[in-house]
Amino acid sequence: MKFLRIKAIAKKELIQIWRDPLSLALAFMMPVLLLLIFGYAISLDVDNLTTIVYDADRSSTSRELIDELTASGYFSIVRFADSQREIDTYLDTGNARVAISIPMDFAKTVRTGGTAQLQIIVDGSDSNTATIALGYLSALTELYSQRIAGERITPLIEPRVRVWYNPELKSRNFIIPGLIAVIMMVIAALLTSLTFAREWERGTMEQLISTPVKPQELILGKLIPYFLIGFIDMALTVLMAVFLFDVPLRGNVFILGIVSGVFLFGALGLGIIISIVAKSQLVASQISMVATFLPSFLLSGFMFAISNMPVPLQIISRIIPARYFIIVLKGIFLKGNPLRILVMDAIFLLIFGAAVFVVANKKLQKKMV
Amino acid sequence: MQRTSERIRQMVIKEFIQILRDTRMKAIVFVIPVLQTLVFGFAVTTDVNNVPTAVIDLDKSFESRELIRRFEASGYFNIQVMPGSPAQVQELLDRSTVTVALQINPKFGSDLSRRIPTSIQLLADGTDSNTATVALDYANRIIKKYAQDLAGPSSLSARVDVRQRAWYNPELKSKNYNVPGVIAMVIMLTSLLLTSMAVVREREMGTMEQLMVTPLKPVELILGKTIPFALIAFFDMILITMLGVLLFDIPINGPLLLLPLSTAIYLLSVLGIGLFISTIAKTQQQALMATFLFYMPAVLLSGFMFPIENMPEMFQYATYVNPLRYFLVIIRGIFLKGNGIAILWPPMAALFLLGIGVFALSAFRFRKRLG
Repeated sequence: MKFLRIKAIAKKELIQIWRDPLSLALAFMMPVLLLLIFGYAISLDVDNLTTIVYDADRSSTSRELIDELTASGYFSIVRFADSQREIDTYLDTGNARVAISIPMDFAKTVRTGGTAQLQIIVDGSDSNTATIALGYLSALTELYSQRIAGERITPLIEPRVRVWYNPELKSRNFIIPGLIAVIMMVIAALLTSLTFAREWERGTMEQLISTPVKPQELILGKLIPYFLIGFIDMALTVLMAVFLFDVPLRGNVFILGIVSGVFLFGALGLGIIISIVAKSQLVASQISMVATFLPSFLLSGFMFAISNMPVPLQIISRIIPARYFIIVLKGIFLKGNPLRILVMDAIFLLIFGAAVFVVANKKLQKKMV
Repeated sequence: MQRTSERIRQMVIKEFIQILRDTRMKAIVFVIPVLQTLVFGFAVTTDVNNVPTAVIDLDKSFESRELIRRFEASGYFNIQVMPGSPAQVQELLDRSTVTVALQINPKFGSDLSRRIPTSIQLLADGTDSNTATVALDYANRIIKKYAQDLAGPSSLSARVDVRQRAWYNPELKSKNYNVPGVIAMVIMLTSLLLTSMAVVREREMGTMEQLMVTPLKPVELILGKTIPFALIAFFDMILITMLGVLLFDIPINGPLLLLPLSTAIYLLSVLGIGLFISTIAKTQQQALMATFLFYMPAVLLSGFMFPIENMPEMFQYATYVNPLRYFLVIIRGIFLKGNGIAILWPPMAALFLLGIGVFALSAFRFRKRLG
């Protein structure tokens, strides 16, 4: 391996990148745009649920209950229905997600000490929102019935709840560190998955083969410029997370930098393997989507808890580098973990990077002869 | 007119030969939708079950064991460790071994047996805010239920009885929500990427010039370039629907015929956007990146996983030009709600108008670039 040849290849690649300013601009825009959308537009917190109310009772008691539900902020009433039938239409068209129906004798039953019935229908097609909405509703009505019953008994067992690392349970703090891993995985693959495929398609690969350059030099030379771009992206996203979105960065920035570098090397290497194997840009682009975006988005524990998945998928998730990088990112950002706790995850990323490099070498060697 | 359809037919055949010549491409057209459906059907659940839990039982009384049993029996919590001292909890949470820790202090049992109000400690890892919220809600309910059972029925009779029902998806299964959405996502990704890259490749390789000297008219060229991908999209749609129904038991409550019709309308916009990207991108690399730059926000701002009404108003307006948004409403309406055309015509009309607009704009730009 000669440093000179690596440098020459890296320089050639840099010139080629420089000649395509649109791609370069997109490489920097993508993480910024995605973080902005995730940071500002997306929230898993459930509030302002569109609600339709059918109040057949029209008493002060029923209005009090409705006021209480609205005051919680979780429900925003879009319509007071005139008939039970109207509820169907609103739920069918999706104009409301929750329907609350108060029967005619509600106030009377409550006054006389009977048990009044309250009918609640939620649109279950979005199961997550529905579960959370039902939780809110039963808690609120329970509070209400305790109050009108006039018996404010202290419960026998009082749960004292503490939430660590993210006390206000902000979904932003949860999403953004994980998102950095997903973005980096995708960007890395997008950057490198076309590099070799392009040379094959244009026939310039033959020219490279006829030079004395060795496979590992070629791979490293092509990797270095993209590593620089990827690292700038990484720094950009971390800066945005901390300064724009106020995600706490409690751990060591230096460790974050090193582990990110290791992760990036593996992710870029994976793109290079795809590029060597695919030989055509169209095929490479499709493979890289399946191999990087899907697993890192869905199977990494970024949003969907791994403990919930069926066992075969849990096993698959163990070989997904994004899974380990997300643990490191969340550990350093939110938990302030020291290296001692993260060392196993970092070692896995290191092994992944090394393995990817070896495989890329082997594949290229075979194709070059 | 006869000649036009013949020319388009030849162009479509050429396009198919080019795409499917690569055996890997054949596999990809088949594998991507299957893989996505499997992953979404199996892995993507926001249902909170089996939360890894630590229990520190410092009391070891009948009451504390009963409460722990109730936590386990609920199915929501998976008790993995029972450390002897609270000091170990920090490490367990730091290492993400557990998400929730329940600490029962000494005297818990003796307080309860004398009916003295007592307390219990719940600790949650807030890193995953969604799981934490739901898990804490479950834990609170289990504890409250236990307290009520102990206190007996008289003291806390709920005066308002809530009758809850969830329509369209009574068991609140995530897969019923996600799998129909996969159709929309797969169609968008494959069609966008194939259209934009195939056109740019032609230009990159210089074969676009060859096509231009043939008697093909620009309109025929556009149709010839888009029809193959539309057919692939239809194939993917049928494949995912079959997988969803046969493997995941997703109900189809509405008229099945609306599915191909609305897919066709949806494809107008998607192929239009693909063409548009191809008029901007000069290289396949640019096409790939631009496609992704459009695709990711389109998925995120569609209501696929994140409810639109939770977004700030500005972003809510932006979703009106997102074809995915309308198609998701339509497709979920057909599958889960059993909606017919009487209810679905507004989103379908909106999608149609959007599609015509986008396609016309792209075709115009495409022709200009040819000339």
